[in-house]
Amino acid sequence: MADPMRIRAVARDGVVNVRVLMSHEMETGQRKDASGKLVPAHFIRNVTATHQGKTVLTALWGPAVAKNPYLEFEFKGGQKGEKIIVTWEDNKGDKRSDEGVIN
Amino acid sequence: MNRYLGIGKNLGLALLFGPLLAAGAWAQNNTLDEIARYRAQLQDGNPAELWEARGEDLWKQKRGPKQVSLEQCDLGKGRGVVKGAYAELPRYFADADRVMDLETRLLHCMMTVQGFSKADATRRVFGSGSNRSDFEALAAWITSESRGVVMKVSLNHPKVQRAYELGEKAFYFRGGPHDFSCSTCHAEDNKRIRLQDLPNLTQKKGAQLGYTTWPAYRVSQGELRTFQWRLYDCFRQQRFPELEFASELSIALTTFLAYNANGAAFNAPAIKR
Amino acid sequence: MKPVYWALPAVVSVLVAAGCATGPRQMEAVTAEDLNIIKASFRAQGQAGLDRLDQDDAQKHCSNPPTVTIAKELAARIEKANFAAIKYPADGNLMGDWRAGERIAQTGVGMQFSDNPKTPSGGNCYACHQVSKEEISFGTIGPSLYNYGKLRGGASPEMQRYTYGRIYNPQAFTACSNMPRFGHNGILTEQQIRDVTALLLDPNSPVNQ
Repeated sequence: MADPMRIRAVARDGVVNVRVLMSHEMETGQRKDASGKLVPAHFIRNVTATHQGKTVLTALWGPAVAKNPYLEFEFKGGQKGEKIIVTWEDNKGDKRSDEGVIN
Repeated sequence: MNRYLGIGKNLGLALLFGPLLAAGAWAQNNTLDEIARYRAQLQDGNPAELWEARGEDLWKQKRGPKQVSLEQCDLGKGRGVVKGAYAELPRYFADADRVMDLETRLLHCMMTVQGFSKADATRRVFGSGSNRSDFEALAAWITSESRGVVMKVSLNHPKVQRAYELGEKAFYFRGGPHDFSCSTCHAEDNKRIRLQDLPNLTQKKGAQLGYTTWPAYRVSQGELRTFQWRLYDCFRQQRFPELEFASELSIALTTFLAYNANGAAFNAPAIKR
Repeated sequence: MKPVYWALPAVVSVLVAAGCATGPRQMEAVTAEDLNIIKASFRAQGQAGLDRLDQDDAQKHCSNPPTVTIAKELAARIEKANFAAIKYPADGNLMGDWRAGERIAQTGVGMQFSDNPKTPSGGNCYACHQVSKEEISFGTIGPSLYNYGKLRGGASPEMQRYTYGRIYNPQAFTACSNMPRFGHNGILTEQQIRDVTALLLDPNSPVNQ
């Protein structure tokens, strides 16, 4: 099971700024290990963020995104105290979902 | 649209460098500026926070044969006190009659408080991918609790004074097939290896800059590294044998450098290329 | 011969301890006790044995802050002993291939405990020196070597001999130089030193354009 994400969300002038840190190896599938064998690809494919049951962000990622990715985005309409839920799913089917409270 | 996608950090570096590798001295100065800008951009969203979160959990978990949490560990400011503790390390600990840096103290507490054997506690002192190091996570969290605190290492105890003096001598100790010492790279102002700026650790400014920015998340490794690792890897590049984790020399050098950084606000975990 | 160390007045130690002064002063000699602690802090790993901590005469007397100049006689002794130990190629040929020299100058691998001992070492010249103009990623610990040959009137036999010797053992010319003794300590082979000599002196080398 992957480590929890760090989610920070701040509302200002009706716009919520969300910053997310994810813990993930993000292996490209291009690298070789010490014995010369390819390290199998392992990366986050889909990221979604929902607010009050409504999807506010969908992202399709690939192996070009770095290890332990950082994601920042903004959306309109969030209020202080409400929750934002971020979910990712990787190419091996592993999933992780965490929530943050808007400040 | 870019900001809605996680920009690959290594890719980001390549993009910044790409257009700049074209020509001469102009390009070089610009490359240095761009590296500084790249670091500033990374500071927001430093993955070190992932280690900090895990470290805080580890600190509070009941672990080891004795099933005790590290909240029973005294980092020098009283049992369980973490805030500001790192800014006063290394220090003398009467219960062990030794000078200890943070990692050595953690190892001591894992053994005495939690009941781990030394072999179990030191099985993985530096992490690699999914083989993670508890020391790196704990150090990330504990040092983050000293962010902004002014470095204040005391040499009042004779054993700390002795550690400082040994650390200073060791800093200039040349050996190995390349005749290198720490001072080969870190004893003069405004020097570089390739494009990497080298802090002059013998002067206050350089020691402060160097010491207060470790631990750090190394983007090139995707790992959080502690000061023990910094020393370990410097000696590897010096072509010395392998530095033992929590060894007397590592504590002595840390004492020398931490004391030289006194007066500066601690500013880590940081992020480095 | 015993080295003469500067007397270190107690007041200086106190000032240093207080963080007020780190002025030029010769370090106190590493004692047997210090050395025991240093040695006990390392373990042999890969090709790096604990014997790497046994200092030779030059290492012992050059373990000082860069602001310290060692006594003239001591410097002369170190230079003389290192000069006498330079081995020039038996065939007298000192110039190799500058292209191979450039690759050696770019490579930093070799002799770390993490390195494969079978992989030839690099010279890593660019880590510390500007060498060719094309490579902008160079360090500044050593002086620029750009136009090295051109500025010295080309590849005369004397200049070849000096340059080969300087790479082989810089402390034969400057005691306590920061530069590794590439031949003396077996970092680079005879042929590799020839190649780096050519990189610096060959009129066709990018160094001399």
